[in-house]
Amino acid sequence: MALQDVCKWQVPDTQGLSPHLPEAGGWAVPRGCDPQTFLQIYGPRLAHGTTTLAFRFRHGVIAAADTRSSCGSYVACPASRKVIPVHRHLLGTTSGTSADCVTWYRVLQRELRLRELREGQLPSVAGTAKLLSTMMSRYRGLDLCVATALCGWDHSGPALFYVYSDGTCLQGDIFSVGSGSPYAYGVLDRSYHYDMTIQEAYTLARCAVAHATHRDAYSGGSVDLFHVQESGWEYVSRSDAYMLYMELQKAPGLEQEREPEPEPEPEREPEREQEQEAEVSQVRPGPATPQDAAGGGELFVEPEEVTAEDDGITVKTEMI
Amino acid sequence: MASRYDRAITVFSPDGHLFQVEYAQEAVKKGSTAVGIRGTNIVVLGVEKKSVAKLQDERTVRKICALDDHVCMAFAGIVDNFAGLTADARVVINRARVECQSHKLTVEDPVTVEYITRFIATLKQKYTQSNGRRPFGISALIVGFDDDGIPRLYQTDPSGTYHAWKANAIGRSAKTVREFLEKNYTEEAISNDSEAIKLAIKALLEVVQSAGKNIELAIIRRDQPLKMFSAKEIELQVTEIEKEKEEAEKKKSKKST
Repeated sequence: MALQDVCKWQVPDTQGLSPHLPEAGGWAVPRGCDPQTFLQIYGPRLAHGTTTLAFRFRHGVIAAADTRSSCGSYVACPASRKVIPVHRHLLGTTSGTSADCVTWYRVLQRELRLRELREGQLPSVAGTAKLLSTMMSRYRGLDLCVATALCGWDHSGPALFYVYSDGTCLQGDIFSVGSGSPYAYGVLDRSYHYDMTIQEAYTLARCAVAHATHRDAYSGGSVDLFHVQESGWEYVSRSDAYMLYMELQKAPGLEQEREPEPEPEPEREPEREQEQEAEVSQVRPGPATPQDAAGGGELFVEPEEVTAEDDGITVKTEMI
Repeated sequence: MASRYDRAITVFSPDGHLFQVEYAQEAVKKGSTAVGIRGTNIVVLGVEKKSVAKLQDERTVRKICALDDHVCMAFAGIVDNFAGLTADARVVINRARVECQSHKLTVEDPVTVEYITRFIATLKQKYTQSNGRRPFGISALIVGFDDDGIPRLYQTDPSGTYHAWKANAIGRSAKTVREFLEKNYTEEAISNDSEAIKLAIKALLEVVQSAGKNIELAIIRRDQPLKMFSAKEIELQVTEIEKEKEEAEKKKSKKST
């Protein structure tokens, strides 16, 4: 436009992200420091430690998680919600910093809603994962820690994507995220196959999380189980982790479909307050946790992407 | 002087018209005819090819362009300069092609025909409301298949409006062609792929002189990329049409005797 060159006026970009997001890199740190080092040394010790898992199979996508929010050796909340609904056909399991996860999911909900209004339909799960990873990659290097698995059903059927806050976006059949993920992977890899029945899938998910809570100190509480189907997501059950584990020990194997006492809670609207607390105020370094020489940073998040489609890329951006 | 340059070109007249836009639509009426037909399993675009000068290379005059694997467009409008593709259309096509790929990158899905039509229409509308610019002097017919397998045909005009059509024509003699289509566009005419192609050619033959060499034709079938017809293939279709016409006339004369 003629005026643009003279006045340097920019046409507002309505197709891009809403402008309310803070500018990346706009941190007020003391002169001479770069934000990342500054945060590593002086930043708050944020909460980590969890077991979440998600896998897709013929009848949809299963998402399961424990409910313990820990901060060092202190259990900040024994009954938190780590699986967040985004819209009717999309859930996200969250791991990393609870505050970051909740905030970014709200931003994602808003962006998806805007696109739905503009285009007349929601973006696919692939598009959503792309959107989330590009939004977060602008803040790369600023200690954002969100490791999430997006579980949804779109026109291509059940879809599962892993998104990490450095911009990683991977598609796969099984993902487990968190400090308890190695234990969960062991159980999942043993019994997963695409053509499971729904009950087998429920049992497998509960078993995997229960075993992880048994061995991992930072996972525990209860086991939340969600199922995304063609008709939408469903909150299947919340069962106490210890009781679940005891039941499983009595049962001869995973083929047993005996359901431990489920305590189904009514479905909650996504607008309801999250039970997770933002543990930003806890500045105590966790005594039982290994920290790296630079003074600690992300501690318990080990995003593992061991899937059938993985071609050997390992993302380990934090050192332990 | 800066003040003269900044004045908007497209302003309202006292009785509510945007004259520049209407003049642009007049320019469209001078362009060569283009016809689009939406069949059940096929979409067809046919364009009248103006005869080229003796020394000009025919291949550089292309009026049907692919925007992506599953979407293509034809346009009619501002003077066909003999230097090649119409200038205004070239700008629009370029922007549309970039947007198709951009969409794939950010949303992981190919564009729907409606999306890219809306994009082109929005682009055209912007140029009717900016200072220092004039509206695009082209109308476009955009055809393609969406992911759900449904064929679509849209038409945009210089004002930036767009509509979906079952069959439409733009450019010179568009009215005649549209009337022909209204009479002959029946469910059975479009149910068969080859019938739909013949309908497009017949519609163009209404207004094009010395057929065959002066028609450019392209089709998209569901789940298949754009196919441009060669001159030979078009000749074949035209001969078939003429044969059918003869036979129909013979039958008529037989009946009457």
